[in-house]
Amino acid sequence: MSFRDTMTVGQKRAATAWMFLIVPVLFFVVVRFWPTFQSSWISLTEGPMMGPRDFVGLDNYVRMFGDPVFWKVFGNTFKYLAIGLPVSLTISFAVAYYLDRVRFMHGFIRALYFVPYLTTAVAMAWVWRWFYEPVPIGLFNQILSAMGLPQQPFLRSMTQSLPSVLAPAVWAGLGFQVIIFLAGLRAIPDTYYEAARIDGVGPWTILWEITLPLLKPTLLFLIVVSSIGFLRIFDQVYNMTVDGQGGPLNATRPLVLNIYNSAFVDYEMGYATAQTMVLFVVLLAITVVQLRLLRSE
Amino acid sequence: MSITDITAFRKPVRPVRVLTWTLLAMGGIVMIMPFLFMISTSLKTPDQVYDLRFIPARPTLANYAELFADGRFTAWFVNSLITSTIVTASVLFFDSLIGYTLAKYRFRGRGLVFIAILSTLMIPTEMLVIPWYVMSSHMGWLDSYWGIMFPGLITGFGVFLMRQFFGTVPDELIDAARIDGLSEFRIWWEIAMPLVTPALSALAIFTFLGNWTAFLWPLIVTSDRDLFTVPVGLSSFASENLTRWEMVMTGAAVSTIPTLIVFILLQKYIIRGVVLSGLKG
Repeated sequence: MSFRDTMTVGQKRAATAWMFLIVPVLFFVVVRFWPTFQSSWISLTEGPMMGPRDFVGLDNYVRMFGDPVFWKVFGNTFKYLAIGLPVSLTISFAVAYYLDRVRFMHGFIRALYFVPYLTTAVAMAWVWRWFYEPVPIGLFNQILSAMGLPQQPFLRSMTQSLPSVLAPAVWAGLGFQVIIFLAGLRAIPDTYYEAARIDGVGPWTILWEITLPLLKPTLLFLIVVSSIGFLRIFDQVYNMTVDGQGGPLNATRPLVLNIYNSAFVDYEMGYATAQTMVLFVVLLAITVVQLRLLRSE
Repeated sequence: MSITDITAFRKPVRPVRVLTWTLLAMGGIVMIMPFLFMISTSLKTPDQVYDLRFIPARPTLANYAELFADGRFTAWFVNSLITSTIVTASVLFFDSLIGYTLAKYRFRGRGLVFIAILSTLMIPTEMLVIPWYVMSSHMGWLDSYWGIMFPGLITGFGVFLMRQFFGTVPDELIDAARIDGLSEFRIWWEIAMPLVTPALSALAIFTFLGNWTAFLWPLIVTSDRDLFTVPVGLSSFASENLTRWEMVMTGAAVSTIPTLIVFILLQKYIIRGVVLSGLKG
């Protein structure tokens, strides 16, 4: 009698399950868990890219917290979030709220808003970069001058460059937010609105007392997904600033670009991984807060 | 507007509704402006670029001919197409196999495997690219298709999505197939898989698009320009042609038009997929 014949049905099933899982489990260990562990280790070391690494304790972290460039890019990263999140959610909610009532060419209009979400961020970053050029090249300044308004420096300005780089990221993400909001609005039963209407409640009260509270899970989901997106901004900055440096004078440089530069321009893997740990902790905190809030629902 | 369009509003057309519709449509046009200007400029000669006329005075395909003349863009296209297709096939196969196993088998360690895979969703790619790079250079994977592809061959998100959907497949169906003598693998492939096609198509579309537009990892792992993917190639091409905006726009158009065509063809599935995966995940 072979080994296989002595197994119970349950044992056979378990053996099949593990046979299906063995390759994937190995993959997750080698390509996700081991590198995560390695990343934490590299952040405690110094040395050449390929050669032996010296353990230096928390030196990279000490250096990071004393580095004005780190604090600059940390601040920039949160500026992207602090401007991008409210602006994008307000626009996308307004679009979804009104689009929900429109029947005529509904699908077509929705498609217009959605299509930027699917396109390559790199390609669109270059189109926007061209829009921002000074006259006689850039579209925006040509429009301003046609309207008799003063020219704007956009990407060349210390203050305007960050919002200018952010704009295509907001633009590209709107369609996703609109689609999710529309699904959330559809899920609210009509009976709530009918009851409110019978009671003679005005549209603003309906929006604040019925629609928004019932959209809370949708809103929470979008806040988390979009926050993570804005905190990880990279493609736009790399392609819209001179030599991909996040200039002028680091005015637009986000954390991910600084990590990229530390690792692949300066070849300081230890310092770069120390910064990725900060990104990890911030993203983890957002996810944990989301889970807490969802559980309290 | 025809009679049917008016009745489609259900209520009589009121000025407010017309105004709402007009504003939404205008906003929609503004949304696609970058595409329109991109395509318009790609059809212009260098001396016309500064002429913001929307329809070019003398439209020409000369920029496209120049772009494809040296074969670089063609190579980048082939690279992106091959890597995105293989990654998508691998994700569909493995993620659904894992999702099915976790949803339909009872065995010791199941909960642990699921939690472990789920927890990888919290690890940002940016944290992994440095170890991946070190690993790739030790293994000789830099500047290779395998190097571009290996991090994405199985995804935690897809496992999570597929597990949710396989959970809705009735156990009775699987047991009936067992009684009929089908092997466990064939039960998954022939009985369970056809029942989750909406989830599979959503996963396929997003995996493909995600890999087609991916920038950070391909930028890191490739330095040989023959192995660039479309976004990395476009980025380097545009930096070299900074002052030739008609060429930059042609490159951008060439990189974007395939996804636009895919979107127009599969619009219904894509939007359903966003809702499906967005709200489930």
